[in-house]
Amino acid sequence: MSTRTVAPVGMKPVDSGAVHIRGAAKSFGAKDVLVDFDLDIAPGEFVALLGASGSGKSTLLKILCELETVDHGIVRVPSARSVVFQEPRLVPSMQVWKNVVLGRSRALASRAAAEAALAEVGLASHADDWPRTLSGGEAQRVALARALIREPRLLLLDEPFAALDALTRIRMHALVAQLCARHNPSVLLVTHDIDEAILLADRVAVLRSGHKSLDAVVDLPRPRTRGGPAFEALRRTLLAEIGVSTDPEAEPAVADQTQPPRAAPLPVRARSASTVVPRTVVPRTVVPKETERR
Amino acid sequence: MSSKSVAVNSPSPLARPLPGAGVPSPTLSSDVPASEAVASEVSTPEIPASDVPASEDPASGVRDLSRVAPPPGRPRTRVRPRVLRRALRVLVPLLVLAAWAAGSATGLIPAKILDSPPTVVDAFGHLISTHQLQDALSISLRRAGVGLAFGLAVGLVFGLTTGLSRLGEELLDSSMQMVRMVPFLAVTPLIVVWFGIGETAKIALIAFACVFPIYLNTYAAVRAIDPKLIEAARVFGLRGLALTRRLIIPNAMPGILVGLRFSMGVSILALIAAEQINADSGLGYLVANAQEAFRNDLILALLFVYTVLGLFIDLFVRLLERTLLPWRATVVGR
Repeated sequence: MSTRTVAPVGMKPVDSGAVHIRGAAKSFGAKDVLVDFDLDIAPGEFVALLGASGSGKSTLLKILCELETVDHGIVRVPSARSVVFQEPRLVPSMQVWKNVVLGRSRALASRAAAEAALAEVGLASHADDWPRTLSGGEAQRVALARALIREPRLLLLDEPFAALDALTRIRMHALVAQLCARHNPSVLLVTHDIDEAILLADRVAVLRSGHKSLDAVVDLPRPRTRGGPAFEALRRTLLAEIGVSTDPEAEPAVADQTQPPRAAPLPVRARSASTVVPRTVVPRTVVPKETERR
Repeated sequence: MSSKSVAVNSPSPLARPLPGAGVPSPTLSSDVPASEAVASEVSTPEIPASDVPASEDPASGVRDLSRVAPPPGRPRTRVRPRVLRRALRVLVPLLVLAAWAAGSATGLIPAKILDSPPTVVDAFGHLISTHQLQDALSISLRRAGVGLAFGLAVGLVFGLTTGLSRLGEELLDSSMQMVRMVPFLAVTPLIVVWFGIGETAKIALIAFACVFPIYLNTYAAVRAIDPKLIEAARVFGLRGLALTRRLIIPNAMPGILVGLRFSMGVSILALIAAEQINADSGLGYLVANAQEAFRNDLILALLFVYTVLGLFIDLFVRLLERTLLPWRATVVGR
């Protein structure tokens, strides 16, 4: 195992694409952002991490891309990682194709490679454009091309659809699903959009008061669409877990009349990659603590 | 009738009382059969024609913004042709010149106060024919250029240092802020003591004056770069010198060029100060000589040279902006 220790305590890259987090803790002054946080992502698995704003999900993502360090705990990530942020974060003084190969070594920063990556997101003709001329959706697709050209084993998505308009978001969902299926990286999508999480992810985890409060496998057939009893049931479970009630004013009986029956079981679908986690809704997963943690 | 009209006619506190409620007003036109609505519109001459913009019906509160024909006397396109835009740039100077010429010709402006334009043109011709202007200009521009180069080098290095590093800021910025408040004219005696009265002293004075505009603008421009952009670049492996060279300097360039513009202007200002003291050549020397000889026509001709220098600085920086900042939306304005 290559040792690329970035955290004070045992952050080691794993090259299979798996993510292994045990008892991670992070606090800013008196504010505990992560408390005893555990998360596993199997190679090639798409995990969505849900949480209300300020729940620490962005901090976790920063830890995973080495912009922050954990105070305690074990964090193992693949060394080949890349990230798409909420904002495109394209360098305004560089043409689109140079943004795609930003920071790569000279041998890997060829225009041909950049154009191939841009073609994957449907922007091959924009290679010479300046970032300011792109629309929000186009800029975010360039950011996606910039992440994928690095052939990441782990792709980190930090609310990448949050700033897009509804129609562009639908198209981006499809594009991300398609590209993740093709490149098959492990994916951690940090979001507060429950529908988006259910549409895209193999597994949804909820981050609440610093630790994982729920971990649910999404066993819906792909391609997924909004609606349907199973979708709604999972959606309501997640909403309740995050702490949002769908209809705070109405009586529970009235709400149930307008909604599909909530007792619909999640459909079970065989999938090889997600063997790490139980295939049912497991509230407050307790994982044995490891001895390495100080 | 539909439920809509019932809602309007009912004494609801939210519904505004319409004058003559019950009579179909424009807001209720959807309740009126289509043929009837068309007929009433055709028959009543009070309804304004749609080519009159922004008519308001006080009864209904409907403001009609529709417009069929363009209003008279105003062209649809507001883009001025290139020739006209160029002409507008020189309009004000030409008007001032015309007023000056007229004032001198009619005797409103005595020659003692301000020489007439032809006299100044003669003085200008004299400066050129005797080669005084060309010699002075080449000497002066060399002094300004060398001083500016030193000033820019120091200002850029210090500005990047304080902009890029917290330590650099703590170490240098307060000192720079203090020294920048010292008028460069006040430094002249010290510079004479340190560097004598030769070329070195003149260049040192110009360099000193040029440091601060470029320093302040470079520092501010580096600090103004979005930290999220730098964070992203670091994640993608751009670090250290490459980060500075490829991301920070290009994106700070708009601010650096503003500093350059100011510093170039200051180099000309400092030139005058440097050349009016202990000089036997250069533009400032010519001005000082003309002043001693009470030759206002010569002074005016030389002042004109300075304004042209200002114009050239502006053109030069615009050209730089165009070549260095192709990624910016509008560099020169609309």
